[in-house]
Amino acid sequence: MSDEQQKETRVFKQTRRKVLKGLAAGAAVLAVPTPQASASVWEAFFQKHFREMSKDELVRVLARLEKTYSRQYGKEVTVSATPPIEGVRFGYGLDLSRCIGCRRCVYGCVEENNLSREPQLHLIRVVRLQKEKGVDLDYAEHYYNPELVPEPGYFYMPISCQQCENSPCTKVCPVQATWKEKDGIVVVDYNWCIGCRYCMASCPYGARRFNWRRPQIPAENLNPTTHYLGNRPRPVGVVEKCTFCIQRTREQPGRYPACQEVCPVGARKFGNLLDPKSEMRALIENKRVFILKEDLNTRPKFYYFF
Amino acid sequence: MKNILHITKGTLILLCKGSRAYYVWVGILLCLMGVGAIAYAHQLQHGLGVTAMRDQVSWGFYISNFTFLVGVAAAAVLLVIPAYVYHWKPIKEIAVLGELLAISAIAMCLMFVTVDLGRPERFWHLIPKIGILNWPQSLLAWDVLVLNLYLVLNAVIAGYILYSLYFKKEPNKSFVTPLILFSIPAAIAIHTVTAFLYSGLAARPFWNHAILAPRFLASAFCSGPALMILVFLLVRRYTKFRIKDEAIHKVAELVAYAIFINLFLFGAEIFTEYYAGTVHLASLKYLLQGLHGHSALVPWIWTAILFNILGFFIFLIPELRRNHFMLVVGCLLIFFGVYIEKGMGLVIPGFVPDVLHEIYEYAPTGIELLVSLGIWATGLFIFTMLLRVAIPILNGDFHVAEDGVGSHIGDSLFIIQPDQEESTEKT
Repeated sequence: MSDEQQKETRVFKQTRRKVLKGLAAGAAVLAVPTPQASASVWEAFFQKHFREMSKDELVRVLARLEKTYSRQYGKEVTVSATPPIEGVRFGYGLDLSRCIGCRRCVYGCVEENNLSREPQLHLIRVVRLQKEKGVDLDYAEHYYNPELVPEPGYFYMPISCQQCENSPCTKVCPVQATWKEKDGIVVVDYNWCIGCRYCMASCPYGARRFNWRRPQIPAENLNPTTHYLGNRPRPVGVVEKCTFCIQRTREQPGRYPACQEVCPVGARKFGNLLDPKSEMRALIENKRVFILKEDLNTRPKFYYFF
Repeated sequence: MKNILHITKGTLILLCKGSRAYYVWVGILLCLMGVGAIAYAHQLQHGLGVTAMRDQVSWGFYISNFTFLVGVAAAAVLLVIPAYVYHWKPIKEIAVLGELLAISAIAMCLMFVTVDLGRPERFWHLIPKIGILNWPQSLLAWDVLVLNLYLVLNAVIAGYILYSLYFKKEPNKSFVTPLILFSIPAAIAIHTVTAFLYSGLAARPFWNHAILAPRFLASAFCSGPALMILVFLLVRRYTKFRIKDEAIHKVAELVAYAIFINLFLFGAEIFTEYYAGTVHLASLKYLLQGLHGHSALVPWIWTAILFNILGFFIFLIPELRRNHFMLVVGCLLIFFGVYIEKGMGLVIPGFVPDVLHEIYEYAPTGIELLVSLGIWATGLFIFTMLLRVAIPILNGDFHVAEDGVGSHIGDSLFIIQPDQEESTEKT
């Protein structure tokens, strides 16, 4: 960034602060929350976009969130904002010939990512398809519920966010509350999303979920290790999605996403697409591969093997 | 400064005074607004889960109403074009009414979008510089810009013309003409951008057509003027404001062309989808025939098609459209026909079946209906208030007093029959 640019940003930030102060003063006259609550309520209200926060501001926001969540759930909750690792671009693989449709991934994801239990919210949808028809969603059964899986004559296809390179959802967001990170993960700033749901209309994979009601998680089930862009508790009225378990996969040493770890048949693969020696690269090069709705040119980083 | 004070005072007197019918009408609107506000408070408290919208159908009745009303607002231009570009005098006198309708419609649009937001208190994220407006990438950002621009433009034009007439001055042409000329592409822009908002989504084949924007414009030029004609007939009947038959017939003639184009484009779309018969047919099939036993929209869309065709013949045949009873019938048919087709008939099939081919049948909940009713009442309230002041000014009953400072209210009720106040939208 050149000096001039920096200066411009600074001026811009100052005017913004003034405007915000004015707004705050005006709004304060209209509605006055209780004195104790007010500080953090206003801080949350005027919180900046994640990518526009300075380091100090980010530290303060994370501390405030940790405090709020810890008090709310009665246990120590951490909120990190670990940045992407250089030279990493994540990709996911799913072996359709192995998947047995047990939905352990669905519920593993619920636990790891602090998804609402009431109302229930899932980020992975497993559909049952007919072997005779192949991958034809017209014959997909979304709510199959047999005693035992797999069932003869059927195969199963889990679908979640495809982490598109050319992602329609980030393009349409009117406030840039969702974007693609350097490691290829599409994330949402839950404190910036206005809840217009345009991204949901634009997603060809039905991967995005809206918090239609206040999400509820029993305190004992809360996973206390969270990431700002990932599994921290979500507010009502915002959109959320799969983040490849950003709170696990970005750590060093990293961990696999919860769905990958919980899969009992090894149908799920995960790794760095930029590493020529990674398992993902070997699979893509040697297996029969397809991506969902290829004709839409969304360029998913979610590969199905068969 | 003193002038402004007197205008404000005169305006307040006008708004507060009226016949019994006026009070009843405004009272009903205020009650409905109150009901809507309570319903909205309930929604705010419990989240959008109180609506019937779900992840499969993530936009519903609110966005349907929004889409329809953008069309109504855009259609004000139909009056503006002949009035100012071709100096067609009979329409020129009523063009201001069209602009006031546009203002009310845009106000309703903004309210419908707001109640659809999950976090309405974060609206400031949309304000450039203070928040982040994702322009030019997001079509929704474009829509925010053009809608507000159009609102300001109409408010300035109508406000300036009325202000000039109040002071018995001829509006300054070199100021107002460029604005009016600019409002024509702006009106087309608000509707085109709203259409692009849908047609740009490759994920939804039902919307992903180049024909969508032309269809939007054609249907807007049906529903907007149909509503305008109804307003004209009422204003003419209940106030001293004279609107020439000529003007009404001219607008009705233009509506006839618009209905034809609208029906033609709809037909073209039906042909293309059915003849090709690809998997993308599913949504249209759901709308027109029902899909896998789900057919909630089928009776509605056929009602709309029937209304539009009947309306078309009424507007097409000169003898019928000049008969004012038939004209009212025609306007009502077209208004409700387009309301169904351009509202729920356009938004819902985009989501049914959803992108993973699941079918979730959407029907608005009571809360959605009440909130929407409240917004319509607010829009009508705004329009009534605007007309309450505008019509006396246009009539020459409300203007600056002899001394050039105070205001003069000529006839305190501004009506021919003292019992029937200008309860404008009552049908």
